Amino acid sequence: MYPEENLYTKDHEWIHVEGDVGIVGITDYAQHELGDVVYVDLPEVGDTFEASEPFGSVESVKAVSEVFSPVSGEVLEVNTKLEETPELVNESPHQKAWMIKIRITNPDELKEMLSADEYEEYLQEQSGS
Amino acid sequence: MNSSEIRKTPLNAIHREAGGRMVEFAGWDMPVQYAGPMQEHLAVRTRAGIFDVSHMGEVEIKGPGAEETIQRVTCNDVRRLAVGQIHYSALMTPEGTFVDDILVHRMGENHFFLCVNASNQKKDYEWIRDHAGANAEVIFRSNDFAQIAVQGPRALEILRPLTDSKLDAIGYYWFTRGKFAGFEALITRTGYTGEDGFEIYIHPDHAVEVWTRIMESGKPLGLEPAGLAARNTLRLEAKMALYGNDIDATTTVLEADLGWICKLDKGNFIGRDVLLRQRAEGVKRLLVGFEMVERGIARDHYPVEIDGRRCGVVTSGSPAPYLHKNIGLTYLPKENCAVGTEFHVIIREKPVKARVVPTPFYKRAKK
Repeated sequence: MYPEENLYTKDHEWIHVEGDVGIVGITDYAQHELGDVVYVDLPEVGDTFEASEPFGSVESVKAVSEVFSPVSGEVLEVNTKLEETPELVNESPHQKAWMIKIRITNPDELKEMLSADEYEEYLQEQSGS
Repeated sequence: MNSSEIRKTPLNAIHREAGGRMVEFAGWDMPVQYAGPMQEHLAVRTRAGIFDVSHMGEVEIKGPGAEETIQRVTCNDVRRLAVGQIHYSALMTPEGTFVDDILVHRMGENHFFLCVNASNQKKDYEWIRDHAGANAEVIFRSNDFAQIAVQGPRALEILRPLTDSKLDAIGYYWFTRGKFAGFEALITRTGYTGEDGFEIYIHPDHAVEVWTRIMESGKPLGLEPAGLAARNTLRLEAKMALYGNDIDATTTVLEADLGWICKLDKGNFIGRDVLLRQRAEGVKRLLVGFEMVERGIARDHYPVEIDGRRCGVVTSGSPAPYLHKNIGLTYLPKENCAVGTEFHVIIREKPVKARVVPTPFYKRAKK
């Protein structure tokens, strides 16, 4: 379910790291909790964010959910397809619905993130509580 | 009733079995959604949806002074109501604002049945009792009824086989009393969705059986259970006000653009003098419908600005699933209420352009 090659946050974002670039999106769990996504709000290329700072938001009919940057860095690219087809977030949260590519300024921040296994464990703990 | 206790309708277990996501609403444990608000909303617009609205309150007023009592506490004119007829009205404060918005059913010459908001039921009952004439008996009936709403173009077809009552003959905002699925019921042709449909009041002991029978009849016709989230987007598309959001004790009936339920010439009633003055002088603000012009979804309580000046908040705002637009309601200064007027909704600190549009946003095609 959760791709092994990604890292995960407890806020339900994933990041795929290639060199000093991270590709970021929200997890399958997050899209399922939200329901039908009708709107995605993303930053501009060149915007910079601190780790855990909200960089955008995802909205369903009922709810607004902020998306937090897993790492500090500068936005290199945004997935503008999501503006016209927000439903991709439901259909393909880990692939087509990537949200931003970000230049990672502090790789140490990655150390605190969860592996796919740890994330799934975390989800189970949450549902058990 | 212990106010800190969350109450359950008789259909609680049914909702859980059907995969309902339960939330607290007005002190009740209610399903906010089953398959999802989008799907449920579209089911109601194109086929039919079934809603548990047992949390709604009921108050009965009878006796020789009943009509005079209703006339005094509400702004609509019940003398215009025939036996078997229903109208939308408001319980009024002396300031011309809302104690609540309600449905008044005339059961007999001097017998009325009110359907009131869940969150206001105790307040409404006490308000009416305290303002009742000597010859009117005011009875709190909320615990005696479960209420099930079936809404959508196929509602009639779904319900017809379950009763001997001639549902086709019931006009919009009329009711009948009869057997439904074998049980005594009050069957009204009303709703809070903008669609044709019925609301069925039965004894709480019969709610599970009635719900189950309706689902059996409706399944082949595409009937789906629908929760509070869909109920909210449906009523918003139809521009039906929500107490606590769009109307409350700080908004007058005229400001809420509900002049059509304000019968100022019917004789005296609570709040009438304020409304007469307001009508003569003109209201200073008005509840209007808007749609977003730029990208963004207006949500409840987001700030509203005209030319950079804060003038209020979004009272209800949401994506409109059937209309594929982002819509909302807000009070604007009277001079800024014309259709086409542009203003800004502040979404995450950014002003996003919106425009006043004609309402209701959605109106069903007449057959």
